[in-house]
Amino acid sequence: MMDMAFLYDTFVALLSGVPLTLNLTFVAFAIGTVLATLLALMRMSRIKALDAPARAYVFVLRGTPLLVQIFLIYYGLGQFRPTLQHLGLWQFFREPYWCAILALALNSAAYGSEVVRGGLRSVPKREVEAARACGMSGLLLFRRIVMPIALRQALPAYGNELILMVKATSLASIITLTEVTGIAAQLISSSYRPVEVFIAAGAIYLAINFSLTRAIAMLDWRLTPHLRGPAAATGKMEGGSA
Amino acid sequence: MMDFLGLVSFGPDGWGLSLLFASLVTIAVAACGFLLGVVLGGFAAWANLAGGTALRVSADTYTTIFRGIPDLLVIYLFYFGGSLLVTSAFNALGHAGFVGLHPFVAGAGAIGVVSGAYQAEVFRGAFRALSKGEIEAGKSVGMGRFLLFRRIIAPQVLQYALPGVGNVWQMTLKESVLISVTGLVELLRQSQIAAGSTRKPFEFYLIAGAIFLLITWLSQHIFERLEKYTSRGVAQEAS
Repeated sequence: MMDMAFLYDTFVALLSGVPLTLNLTFVAFAIGTVLATLLALMRMSRIKALDAPARAYVFVLRGTPLLVQIFLIYYGLGQFRPTLQHLGLWQFFREPYWCAILALALNSAAYGSEVVRGGLRSVPKREVEAARACGMSGLLLFRRIVMPIALRQALPAYGNELILMVKATSLASIITLTEVTGIAAQLISSSYRPVEVFIAAGAIYLAINFSLTRAIAMLDWRLTPHLRGPAAATGKMEGGSA
Repeated sequence: MMDFLGLVSFGPDGWGLSLLFASLVTIAVAACGFLLGVVLGGFAAWANLAGGTALRVSADTYTTIFRGIPDLLVIYLFYFGGSLLVTSAFNALGHAGFVGLHPFVAGAGAIGVVSGAYQAEVFRGAFRALSKGEIEAGKSVGMGRFLLFRRIIAPQVLQYALPGVGNVWQMTLKESVLISVTGLVELLRQSQIAAGSTRKPFEFYLIAGAIFLLITWLSQHIFERLEKYTSRGVAQEAS
């Protein structure tokens, strides 16, 4: 019934799109994380002039579809080509790759900022007070106390953002990038065998997402030695106590 | 500014009417997908909680697969795969040639299956939040399975699930733009057509975004009202 040879060929063809899928995922995710942290700090600054724009940004970016954002950047900004050329930004905005990265990063920053904010809010006041009593302040306090606790708290939810990012990169295929979904679309229209192509592409995405989920769970395990029982904690003391 | 208003006017040269109609198509396709998702999600949650091993494994497989694969691929599968299926069914009945599946049906089916996978998790979590004592109390006063479900389980599960269900609706609404790749003239496709014919993509994608923002904002309000309504019997924290 199922043509195994075709399935295998399809799988191999789709694998050539994996590097671009991963590239889009990690580059956009890294930029998105930096922006998300900035937005979260703006929201928590208690300064109206910083809080209000961050709030509006999150509302707009979360309330509109990612594909509309991609089109607005890729096709919409093309309208301002003379201005962009004048500013020297046209090199950047004419490349579908950079438009996809920009849209994915801006979108992910909006969702991610809420997760980061939740993590930062979960840092107990008494820990901060204790650190201040020991004479820590500013960056040292943030690096030693606030960030580790917030990171631990936010990691599982932030891991979900990474999985969503993997799935979101498929939209880059609509603006001509040939990552896994882009190749899959080409294969469907050339062979007209959507089921086999779907199975092969689906398996690739599930494998990527499964590995990332496992990696995040392992990182989470390493970061939370205090939540493991005493027996488990003593087994891996040197890794967890750092 | 006048130029801009001219673009979206409802007159013969404006795109207002087409955009309004396209917005209704977007809402309709998202709502159909969402309702299909409620049915599929409810069934999958039931299979996971009450079914035997075979049912539980198939429900788990369903939710894992459709939450881990990009929606765009699922839409391609339903649109092209669905047309293939319909064509072969018609050919078997003696109708020669190609028959396409309507993009509305394929699209609603695809986003419905995806949203069902998310709703299953929402319903499952809500059922877990239900206290066992209530079910035992219901049984002890002699309620049968159906009565117990209707009077005790359903009202509470719906109340607990509502915030999650609201999130899934917002997601389904936003994912519905992906159906534009199959040629269904919903909001994004209509904006593409308008952008192409007026050479003003920036304005039209901005308008599409604004309409989406309006719809998601309204939905959020409706769900907040619903949450208030369903939890009217529950003591509220003083605020």
